[in-house]
Amino acid sequence: MKAVILGAGPAGVTAAETIRAHNPKARITLVGDEPHPPYGRMAIPYLLSGRIDEAGTHLRADPDHYRNLGITLKTGRALGLDAKARTLALEKGELAYDALLIATGAKPVKPKIKGLNLPGVHHCWTLADARAIAALARKGEPVVLMGAGFIGTIILEALALRGVSLTVVEQADRMVPRMMDAKAGALLKRWCQAQGVKVLTGTSIAGVEKGPKGLAVTLSTGKTIPAALLVVAAGVAPNIGFLKGSGVKAKQGLLVDAHLETSLPGIFAAGDVAQGLDFTTGALAVNAIQPGAVAQGRLAGLNMAGERVADRGQLAMNVLDTLGLVSASFGAWDGVDGGWRSAALDRDNFRYTRLEFLGDRLVGANLVGIGPHVGMVRGLIETGTRLGAWAKTLKRDPNRLPEAYVATLAGRRD
Amino acid sequence: MGWAGKILRVDLAKGSCTPEPLNAKWAAEYLGQRGLASKYLATEIDPKVDPLSPANKLIFATGPLTGTAASTGGRYSVITKGPLTGAIACSNSGGYWGPELKNAGWDMIIFEGKAKKPVYLFLEDDRAELVPAGDLWGQTVWATEAAIRAKHQDPQIRVSAIGKAGEMGVMFACIVNDQHRAAGRSGVGAVMGSKNLKAVAVRGSQGVRVRDAKAFFEATTKGKATLAANPVTGQGLTTYGTNILMNVINEVGALPTRNHRDVQFEGARKISAEAMHEKRPTDGKANLVHNQACFGCTIACGRMSQLDKGHFTVVNRPQYWGASGGLEYENAWSLGAAAGIDDLEALTFANFLCNEHGIDPISFGATLGAAMELYDMGVITTKETGGIELKFGSAQALATLVELTGKAEGFGKELGLGSKRLCAKYGHPELSMSVKGQEFPAYDSRGIQGMGLTYATSNRGACHLRSYTVASEVLGTPVKTDPLATEGKAALVKAFQDATAAVDSSGLCVFTTFGWTLDDIAPQIDAALPGGWTTQRLLDVGERVWNLERQFNLAAGLTAKDDTLPKRLLTEPAKTGPAKGKVNELGKMLPEYYELRGWSKDGVPNKDTLKRLGL
Amino acid sequence: MQRSLMIEPVKCTGCKQCEMACSMTHEGVFNPARSRIRVFEFHAEARFVPYTCTQCAQAWCQQACPVEAISVDAATGAKVVKEARCVGCKVCTIACPFGTVNYVRATGKVAKCDLCGGDPACAKACPTQAITYVDSDWTGLERMRAWAAKATATA
Repeated sequence: MKAVILGAGPAGVTAAETIRAHNPKARITLVGDEPHPPYGRMAIPYLLSGRIDEAGTHLRADPDHYRNLGITLKTGRALGLDAKARTLALEKGELAYDALLIATGAKPVKPKIKGLNLPGVHHCWTLADARAIAALARKGEPVVLMGAGFIGTIILEALALRGVSLTVVEQADRMVPRMMDAKAGALLKRWCQAQGVKVLTGTSIAGVEKGPKGLAVTLSTGKTIPAALLVVAAGVAPNIGFLKGSGVKAKQGLLVDAHLETSLPGIFAAGDVAQGLDFTTGALAVNAIQPGAVAQGRLAGLNMAGERVADRGQLAMNVLDTLGLVSASFGAWDGVDGGWRSAALDRDNFRYTRLEFLGDRLVGANLVGIGPHVGMVRGLIETGTRLGAWAKTLKRDPNRLPEAYVATLAGRRD
Repeated sequence: MGWAGKILRVDLAKGSCTPEPLNAKWAAEYLGQRGLASKYLATEIDPKVDPLSPANKLIFATGPLTGTAASTGGRYSVITKGPLTGAIACSNSGGYWGPELKNAGWDMIIFEGKAKKPVYLFLEDDRAELVPAGDLWGQTVWATEAAIRAKHQDPQIRVSAIGKAGEMGVMFACIVNDQHRAAGRSGVGAVMGSKNLKAVAVRGSQGVRVRDAKAFFEATTKGKATLAANPVTGQGLTTYGTNILMNVINEVGALPTRNHRDVQFEGARKISAEAMHEKRPTDGKANLVHNQACFGCTIACGRMSQLDKGHFTVVNRPQYWGASGGLEYENAWSLGAAAGIDDLEALTFANFLCNEHGIDPISFGATLGAAMELYDMGVITTKETGGIELKFGSAQALATLVELTGKAEGFGKELGLGSKRLCAKYGHPELSMSVKGQEFPAYDSRGIQGMGLTYATSNRGACHLRSYTVASEVLGTPVKTDPLATEGKAALVKAFQDATAAVDSSGLCVFTTFGWTLDDIAPQIDAALPGGWTTQRLLDVGERVWNLERQFNLAAGLTAKDDTLPKRLLTEPAKTGPAKGKVNELGKMLPEYYELRGWSKDGVPNKDTLKRLGL
Repeated sequence: MQRSLMIEPVKCTGCKQCEMACSMTHEGVFNPARSRIRVFEFHAEARFVPYTCTQCAQAWCQQACPVEAISVDAATGAKVVKEARCVGCKVCTIACPFGTVNYVRATGKVAKCDLCGGDPACAKACPTQAITYVDSDWTGLERMRAWAAKATATA
C-alpha cells in the first residue's frame, strides 16, 4: 500500500504514525513544504518568547523518529492532483498513491489593505516568519498586531514577553470574538491593558506606509501610529488552491465524511484543511484546533489503513494563556436553543465561569482565570453525562464542576 | 523550615493587612501555635482588657508541623482573651483550614481593633484583602462558607467563620471551619464577632517545607506505624470515635448527669458510640455513615452522621438530611447526659446546629443542664423561657433551644450568657458547673480525682484538653493510676499539662498522645525544624507556655481563689457507682501542685521558676 | 504485569496523606495544591474520592501535545510529562477528558501523575489502603477505560 500524506503538521504526522502502527508494510511518504523536520506551529510563540529553541518546536523530538518508523520525509509543494491516475504532482516530480491524505493546513490571510507588502509586515505562521519577527521585535520597539483572534492573542503574549511596546488592533467589538463572549473578551482586554498592552477593539487598520520607525499604521479612527513591525493575524484560510479542478469538493475547507474521506474515494483530509463533523452542531465545520487535527489525523490514518472507524465529531475547544490569564472555551459556549446557563463573574479578580446546559447535560463553556481539572469540561460534554441533582448545584455555583464530574462520572467505582 | 517564617497583621480599624517576619527568637522558645501565639498576645495586649473590646486581639496560629505529613499535622488554634472566662483563651481546631493557611505561606494572623463594618479576610497566598461582609452578616457558618467560595469562584477555599451567635456575643460562640471543626471553647467566636470579623477565608499553594525531608519521612512514618499499632489510635478511635468513652465513663461513675446531680446516666447506652453504629428501627440505617480524618490524620476519629429523615427535629427540613459532623464524646455528653436527654437523633441534630450557628456544644449543653435544674427548682418558669418546658430529658427543649441560642433569640439569649452568668442572674451561682466561668466537659471529678485538679488549674477554665489525666486514671495510658486516689495526681496533672502545651504548640493533635509520648514527637519536630529539638526541650516549652498563660491570667486579675471547683463537687458526694460517697478532694492536691510548679502558696510563680523558664 | 492505582473511595477518610506524599515526591514540598492526586470531598455524603490519572490507553494528552513532551514510560505504562520539552501550551489540559493534566503556573509547565516510576508515593502513604498499586486486571480500570472509549469522539 502506498500512502502519501501531504502536509507535515500534527494531522499529517499522526496519520503517518497511525498507518504504520496498523500496516507494517505500507510505503508511507510524508510531504512538507518547509525545510525543517515537522514542527508544531503551536510552539512558535514559545520560540518567539525565547522559552524554547527551534528544536523545541519539533513535533517529534527524536531526529531519527521518521526513519525508525520507515516514513519517508519529502520536502515539496503540491501543484495538482490527478485523482484518476492516483498521482500527486509536486514542484519536482510526481508521487503515486493508493491512499492520499491532504493535511495541508491553512495559511494566513492577508487582508486587502494598502501597504501590507512593505518590509516589516509579517505573518506569524512559519519558522521563517518567527525568525523575521524576532529580528524586529526588540525591546521597547513599537509593534502593531493586527487581529486579536485566538492566534493573534497567542502571538500577543509572545510579543509582549519580548518587551516591545505593543498595540493590538481588532476590528470586532472584543478580543477572541469567536471563542469568548463579551464578558470574557472584556476581561481579557482589561487584563492585557493592565499588563501594558494597548488593545484597540472595534478598530481596523486602514493602511500602512513607510514611517520614521519603519512603518506608519493608520487606523480606522484616522490616527496614525508608528511601528517597527506589523504582525498580521487576521485569520487563516485552508490551503486548497492546488486542488482546483481536481474534483475534490470544498466549501470553507475540504468536505469529509465520518471516515475523513473526501468526495473522491481514496483521498482523505484532516486538520485545518478539512471541513469535518462538528461534535456540537453535527454539521461540517473547519475547527482548526490542535487536538482536533491530531484526532482527525489519527482517524484518517486508521481509515487509510483499512480500519473503518467513524468520527463522532470534533469538539471545538481552545485554551489560551494571555500574559498569565488562562482562558478556555468548549463546544456550544454561546448556548443552544432551549438550554440554560450558569455564570459567575468576578471582574476585579479576572475570573469568569460560564457553563451552558441542555437539560441536565453540559454542552459548552467559557472560562477565564481557570482552576484545575479543566479537561473535565470536555469529558462531561463528550460523554453527554446526565448531571441529575448536580445540575442544580452547578446552577448555584458553576465552579463546582470538578466535583460534579467526579460524583457523576468517576466517583462511582465502588 | 517547618515555620513559614511570616505572620500577617490585620488592623481591622484601619483596614490594613501587613506582613511581618515571625519572631524567630520567640519561635525557638515557644515552638508555635498555642505557645507562640500566647507569647504574642501576652506581649501585645493589656491582660486587663475587656475581651469584647477593640483592644483585645485575636490570633489564628498554626504550628510548625501544621500542613506536613506528620500524622494529625493539621491543627490550628485561636488565641485571645476569652469573654467567657476573662482568662487567656486558646481553642484548637482541626479540619483543613490550618494547613491551608500554612500553605498560603503564613504561620499566623493577628487581628487587631474592630472593623467599622462587617468584613471577612480573604487570603490567597501573598494576597490579603478585607472584603465587605454586610451580605454575610447574620448568615450561618455553612452559608458563609458556600457564599465565599462562590464569590471567589474557588470551591477549594477554606473558611473559618462565625455564625450569628458570634455576631451577637453569645459567650460561648465558637469559630467553625470545614463545616464541623471548631475552635470551640471560651467564646473565641464572640471576640471575632466583636471585631466585626465574619470569616477568614484562605487558599494556599506555596506549600510547607521541612528541614530534612528524609529524616522527616522516616520519623513520621515510624510515628504513624506506632499510632496504627496502638489499640486506641489504631482501632478504637477509628472505629468508634471518642464516643467509645460514653459507656466506659458511665461505668466508672464519672458521667456528669443532669447538671452533675448524678454521676451515672441511665440513658448512656442509647447515646453511645455503639448506638451510633446500630441500625435505627425507624429507617433501618445507622446514625454513623463514615469516619472522617482531619488533614494528615491517620487516626480519623471524626464522625460523619446522617439523621433519620422522619425524626421530629428534621421533618420537612431537607437541609439537615445530608451527612455532617456526628457526635464526639464531649458533645454526646453535653447535649445528652448533662441535660438527661437520651435521644441520639436529637443530640445529633443539636450537634449539627451548634456547628451551623457556631456555638460550643459543651458550654451550651452544660448551660442548658443548669437552666433545667433552675426550672426543676421553679426558679425559671415557662414565663422566662417563652413557653418552653425546660424539663430534664426533653429532646424537644434541646432542639428548640439550640436553634434559639445559635441565633441569640428568645430564651436562647439567656442561655447564651453561659451557666455562670445565667445562674448568677437567677440567684444561684452555685449551680453553674464551671471553673473560671467555663463549663465542665464530660468527666465528673468525684469519680476521676485528677480531673478535679485539671479543671481547677486549667488556664482557660474547666477543660479536659489541658491535662487529660483520664488517659492514666481510666484508660491506663501511659501508666494506670487509681481514679479515686489523690496521691501523685499533682505530678500527673503537671506532667500532662506541660506535655499537652507542647503538643498544642506543634501543629499536632493531642489525641496522638494516646499512642505517642514526647519521645515519639520530638524526632518529628526535630526533622522539621532547625535548632535541635529533644523531648526535654519540648517539656521546657510546655512548662514555659503554662507559666506564661498563668502569668497572663494573674495579671488579668485571676487569683488562686479561682483555682477551685463548684461547691457541689467538693461537698455533695456521688450518689452511685464506684465513686459513691466521694467528693473531689481538691484541697489535698492543690498545694502539692503549686509546690511542684514552683509557685507560691497563692499560686504565683516564684522568681526562680520564672528565671529558669526565661520568663 | 502492568500495575495500576486502584482507588476505593469507601475506604478513604479524607486525610490527604496521598496529596502530601505526591507533592513531596515531585516537588520536595508538602503542598496539596501541587499534588497530582486530589481527594474530592463530598461532605453531605460523607464520601471522599481520591482522583488521579488512570493512564488511559487513549492518552489524549500525549496525542494532543504539539511537541512530544508527553511519552509512555515503557516500564509502567504511565504517560509522563518531559518537563524539558513542555512549552506550557496547555492543549493537553483541555484535551484530557478526565481533567487530570493540570497547568502549573509556578513552573509554566503541565503536571500529571507519573506513577512515581512504578512505586507510587500516594499508595504507600495511604493509611487505609484506599489507594493501592495492584495488577491492572484488579482495578476495575477496564471500566474506566471502557468509559474512555465511549467518551472519545474519535474512536
